Formats: sequence, C-alpha cells, structure tokens
Amino acid sequence: MTSAGSGLTLLQTCALSLLVFTGASQFALVGALAAGGNPLTAAAGAFFLGVRNAFYGLRLSQLLALPRAVRPFAAQWVIDETTAVALAQPTRRATRIGFAVTGLSLYILWNLTTLLGQLGAQAIGDTAAWGLDAAGPAVFLALLAPMLKTTTERAVAGLAVLLGLGLLPVLPAGVPVLAAALAAPAVLCLEGRRRGTSRGHARVDDASDAEGSAAGGSDAEGEEAR
Amino acid sequence: MNTWIAIGATAVGCYAVKLAGLLVPAGALERPLVRRLAALLPVALLAALTAQQTFPDGHTLVLDARVAGLGAAAVALVLRAPFLLVVAAAVLVTAGVRAMGG
Repeated sequence: MTSAGSGLTLLQTCALSLLVFTGASQFALVGALAAGGNPLTAAAGAFFLGVRNAFYGLRLSQLLALPRAVRPFAAQWVIDETTAVALAQPTRRATRIGFAVTGLSLYILWNLTTLLGQLGAQAIGDTAAWGLDAAGPAVFLALLAPMLKTTTERAVAGLAVLLGLGLLPVLPAGVPVLAAALAAPAVLCLEGRRRGTSRGHARVDDASDAEGSAAGGSDAEGEEAR
Repeated sequence: MNTWIAIGATAVGCYAVKLAGLLVPAGALERPLVRRLAALLPVALLAALTAQQTFPDGHTLVLDARVAGLGAAAVALVLRAPFLLVVAAAVLVTAGVRAMGG
C-alpha cells in the first residue's frame, strides 16, 4: 500500500509481502528506501524489528510441539497475530489449529491486500495529493501504541524519537533509526542501575514515574548526560 | 537492483530469526534481560520511524499536513479505533489539509 509512493515496483512490493511477511519490518524497509537509505542499512532496521519474532517462536515451539520437519514451514507464520491467538488457546490441539488458521488466513489476506493496494495506488497516480504519505507514520504509530504499557516503554520511545530526529541532519539516511534503537539498551541499563541503588524505594519511584510519563523521554535523556 | 538486495537481505534475516525461535532450545534465549531487550527494541525503532516519517523532508525538519494527519491517527488510537480506521483517519485528514492549501 504505502510502498507505491516510494518507488518500489509491483513485483518488489508483492515479493516483500510474500517473503518477509512481518508488517512492521516491511513498512520500515520501504520507508528507509524511500528516504534514500543504503539497502543494507534499510535491511538492518527491518531486521531488528523482526527480532521479536524469535521470542514468539520460543514460546510457540513449547506450546505447539511441532515435529522438526514441519518447523521450517511453520516459521514464516510466527508473527504478532498468530502468537497472540495461539497463546490464548486452552489446549495443544486448539493452539495448533489457532496458529494454522490465523497464519493461513492472514498470509492470504495480507498478500491479497498488498496486491490490491499496489494496483489501486498505481491507478491513483500522485499518492501525496491523496494524503497517502501519512499512512506510513500512522501505521507505525498504530503498531507502537499498544506496546506503550509502562514508563520504561514510554521512556524508550521518547528517547528514540529524540535520537532519531536529532541525528537526522548529521548521519546518512537510515542510520539514525538504527542509532535510535540504542534507546532500548540505554533505558534498560538505567533502569537496572536505579533498581540496584534504591531497591527499597522502587515502589514509590514507579508511582511518581507513572505521573510524569509525558516527560519520560527527556528524563531519560537528562540522566544519560550525567 | 539495490531494492532487490534490500528485499533479499530482509527476507532472509526475518525468516532466520523466526526459525531460530522455533529451533533454539528454550533456555538459551530465555534470560530476562534478553527478553526485555527484545521487547523494547521494536518500541525504539517504531517510535523513531514514526517521528522521522512525520516531520522530515529529506534532511531537514519540516512541518506539513502529515502532522495533522498523524494527530488524527493519535486521536483515533486513544478512542481505540481499529487499525484500518486509524490509518484512514491519518490519510483523510492529511489530504483534507492539503486540499485546503496547507
């Protein structure tokens, strides 16, 4: 859908949906390429977004207990949605069915809508005039929003925004996003240190943090500078 | 050609991590710190991507109709609208602001 405005051909867009099949990574790759990024930096950003699927796989392999020969085929369907459905099932049989049904239907739907979206965009012509260039960031925001559950996640997001925008003028296209990924280990490290020094006050700290969540990003930035 | 390299690298990389999760014995990656980091990486990347694609025009920070569109998406998210409606809100508001000469 969004890739139409960024110079990818119909074949390239469909190949992306068929072969990569993990939404956030696809949008990230397309966005980075559109910004004129180096193909390998673009792929690296998309890859890091896909790393979470490995952890879904860990949970799923215990629940599904698939034979080794089947695993390479099941792997392509290890994504957010299939994991969510599979984890919610009470029995192994239901887990397997849930995983397979969700995987198959999503795979077909996702690739069909990719094709239709791409054909539609070609028919429209100038995607910017229709506001379609806003679809990219809106998709990222929609994927991000459910992840922002605690102060830690908000701090990571805030710091990543600062890094991503701040480094934009000085680094080549695609690299600032990778640099922004460092917000995750940075905040984790800070969090660990704080827990180490003030274990007794942890509960109080958390409560006050939640109140100042809007300032979470700048907080983390300030503490890092010290 | 460059695009195909990027697509190939992404496809191989993303498939490899999915498969790794299924094949690696549980316990090897099951450490709490690794798990936390893997959960936070997408947060950082998605936040940076959202910000970058909303504001910058190449290498400078420019405010345009997309900001209004993203604001609409944020409102839709707060109202717990479904995914497609969120994206549609962003697209429609951006197009509307542009049509009004924004």
